[in-house]
Amino acid sequence: MPLQNHRLEPQEYERNFTDIHPPFELLDTAFIEANRCLYCYDAPCTKSCPTSIDVPQFIKQISTGNIKGSAETIFSANIMGGGCAKVCPVEKLCEGACVYNLMHEKPIPIAKLQRFSTERAIAAQWKLFERKPSNGKRVAVIGAGPAGLACAHALSLEGVNVTIFEKEAKGGGLMTYGVAAYKVTDEFCQEEVDWITSIGGIEIRYNTEIGKDMSFEDLQSEHDAVFIGIGVGVARHLGIPGEDLDGVVDAIKFIYDIRTKDYADVSVGDKVVVIGMGMTAIDAATQSKRLGAKEVVMVYRRDEGEKSCTDAELDIAKLDGCSFVWLANPKEVLGANGKATALVCDNVRLSDTPDASGKRAIIPTGETVTIEADMIIRAAGQTPFEEFIQHSALTNNSGKVNTNRQQATNLKGVFAGGDCVNGGKEVVDAVQHGKDAALGILEYLKPSHKE
Amino acid sequence: MANLDSTFLGISSPNPFWLASAPPTDKKINVLRAFEAGWGGVVWKTLGDQVKNVSSRYAAVDYGGQRMMGLNNIELISDRPLDINLREIREVMKEFPDRAMVISLMACTDRTSWHDLVKRVQDNGCHGLELNFGCPHGMTERGMGAAVGQDPEIAKMVVEWVMEVAEVPVLTKLTPNVHSVVPTAKGALEGGTNGFALINTIQSLMSVDLDTFIPYPNVGGHTTFGGYCGPAVKPIALKMLTSLGLDPATANTPISGIGGVTTWRDAVEFMLLGAGNVQVCTAVMKYGFRIINDLCSGMSHWMDEKGFVSTSEFVGLSIPKVTDWEDLDLNFHIVANINEDKCIHCGLCYIACEDASHQSISLAPGQPYNTYAIKEEECVGCNLCKLVCPVTDCITMVEQRKGEEYLNWTEFQRRGLPLNEH
Repeated sequence: MPLQNHRLEPQEYERNFTDIHPPFELLDTAFIEANRCLYCYDAPCTKSCPTSIDVPQFIKQISTGNIKGSAETIFSANIMGGGCAKVCPVEKLCEGACVYNLMHEKPIPIAKLQRFSTERAIAAQWKLFERKPSNGKRVAVIGAGPAGLACAHALSLEGVNVTIFEKEAKGGGLMTYGVAAYKVTDEFCQEEVDWITSIGGIEIRYNTEIGKDMSFEDLQSEHDAVFIGIGVGVARHLGIPGEDLDGVVDAIKFIYDIRTKDYADVSVGDKVVVIGMGMTAIDAATQSKRLGAKEVVMVYRRDEGEKSCTDAELDIAKLDGCSFVWLANPKEVLGANGKATALVCDNVRLSDTPDASGKRAIIPTGETVTIEADMIIRAAGQTPFEEFIQHSALTNNSGKVNTNRQQATNLKGVFAGGDCVNGGKEVVDAVQHGKDAALGILEYLKPSHKE
Repeated sequence: MANLDSTFLGISSPNPFWLASAPPTDKKINVLRAFEAGWGGVVWKTLGDQVKNVSSRYAAVDYGGQRMMGLNNIELISDRPLDINLREIREVMKEFPDRAMVISLMACTDRTSWHDLVKRVQDNGCHGLELNFGCPHGMTERGMGAAVGQDPEIAKMVVEWVMEVAEVPVLTKLTPNVHSVVPTAKGALEGGTNGFALINTIQSLMSVDLDTFIPYPNVGGHTTFGGYCGPAVKPIALKMLTSLGLDPATANTPISGIGGVTTWRDAVEFMLLGAGNVQVCTAVMKYGFRIINDLCSGMSHWMDEKGFVSTSEFVGLSIPKVTDWEDLDLNFHIVANINEDKCIHCGLCYIACEDASHQSISLAPGQPYNTYAIKEEECVGCNLCKLVCPVTDCITMVEQRKGEEYLNWTEFQRRGLPLNEH
């Protein structure tokens, strides 16, 4: 059976891709949860947020009816606080650190409260920030993703004129193209970009790829500084036989298609195997099911305790009817007539103690398992945009750009942040890189700056 | 289960919970429902010359997401015809002869008016009378309510008029809108009152609408000062109650405790501080008559645990525990102790002590959880950390006496003992 689209009725697509986390509709319901917050001092939730949002403060502000102040608190720390409220793995971050967990009590729904304030701010386009008058400095940002947008906003706030060069037709980066559609809508992603750029002083040139449409050197010579926030590229190749058969697809490309086409136009198999157990793997698995795949099996070479997605994410996959094969290391894709028909995995076990890399070693048991599949989705990590990086003089580590603590690269006036530096972490990590880089750039742009 | 039978001023009721004179007791339909629910008695909403009420009448203070921490009202006495009230009182008494029926009264400040009202009401039938010397709004402008309770001489005079004709026990209801309730209480006692009820509501202005700038409750664009009640006023009521229990002149006069009684715990506290029974209003206005179940159940279980068989056994037991500051023991010293196993690392104790007390808690930074510990040598034993801690018994106060013997301030000075160095 080949991959097939138009598997469902329009209303089924609508239902399957609707917002998975409904917001607080009423002030009253937000108040109930806001009032549960203990208003911790030096709060663990804030300390667990990569952008250090003052969580108790913004929640307190909701409880006093100061929703504008609440949004201001969030956005001052994280200009993508709206999107992060929808896509952050809060179970591992703020909500995971909530002190109520230590009482075995439900944590404060921080993300939901954050969404309450930020959605109102974005919908009403509250003017919460005022840009300083232009200081004549010009900075180029490559990539309109979370890192680039955060950097651009922080720079513009200080009067710097920013031009963002984006190879896609829309901004938002991973938010717009790389996460499950049921987490953030396209409309929201667009509104968020508009909200961020509404401060003024930020121009986004879409459909403009540096290295193709314009050279990196020209960009450098035309700007006082450059920030690189290009993210990471395709899913990592597995390096196993049969990987080039039809039906073996890249999770990033698959999700990109879902986010850019009509759902009905995206093809999916009858029997889908997803390799990996991170957030992208979950997004690929659940959306395969939601596009109409009959069976979805997630394959991971480690056990459940070592998965990199959160329990909440795993629960979504479970509720969607996905099944799981743990401790199975992909070995070969079998095929017929050029099409994938099955994935063969080595059954493995994990060593009792970690090896030199700090992880438990994967030890084949000598047995294999064969899982029938007409679609095999690679989602075991992503590879950097090596072509761009390797063609530049940027020092890097296997394609990940090297930076200092202010996100400065080895090139004068060139800064970098986000996934292209850390290899692919959360949106919220990218935002913090963008903020850090903006500080570094502002320092760099000062007349007093010394090398 | 302990029996809750109660006798107050010779008036018996199946439990010590009466409904205070207020909207829940202003007509037969309410009071029947209250008695069906199990309330021990009612003080019928104040009768007097018929009045006219305004709309709106109430406003509330919410706190921390909870509604009605405090309630205020600008409603006057009963606005129903006296005849109808009296007929309904008769009907209710016939249907529930075992319940206490006390009638609240307020008349113009002249002898004839009070005589007429008292006679008419007691001839109709009731177990007792409660003189409303406390209502702080509206009626005061007409020289009644709190205007009487705020002047011990007038209060004494009115009580004397009442006692000249009263044939049933008389309670004088006191206003808290005075620097001390004791003078008026003494006046009423001299006038011959059989007991007290306290407190009535506290003068208040509740809040202001931030859009219209009109304070609440809004009556067509204006408000007026109203009477404050509910859980927020309980500590004030307990203080006034205790003041009467501590004064030799008033100590032996029965008191019906009122002021924010919401739970059986509140009721027990009122009674430990000298109330012979309690009256409830705001809690019923919020939740309805059904709360009587837990009031009775909670008190009864508590009595079983403590070995009390009658509600009269624990009345006033806490009064001897209240003394002048002067007599407190300066050698008594406690220090806080944090139970590490219970601590949830919220930091509330730390910041309270650091910003508002004696900088006696240390912070060891952690990711994401800091560790907090008491600096015992700095701790003054103020209780603040324990009060803000969200976990019960996580912070306990441990006794570390400064000296063996009792030492009050007078003795401390007499011995020339040293004061704090910093």
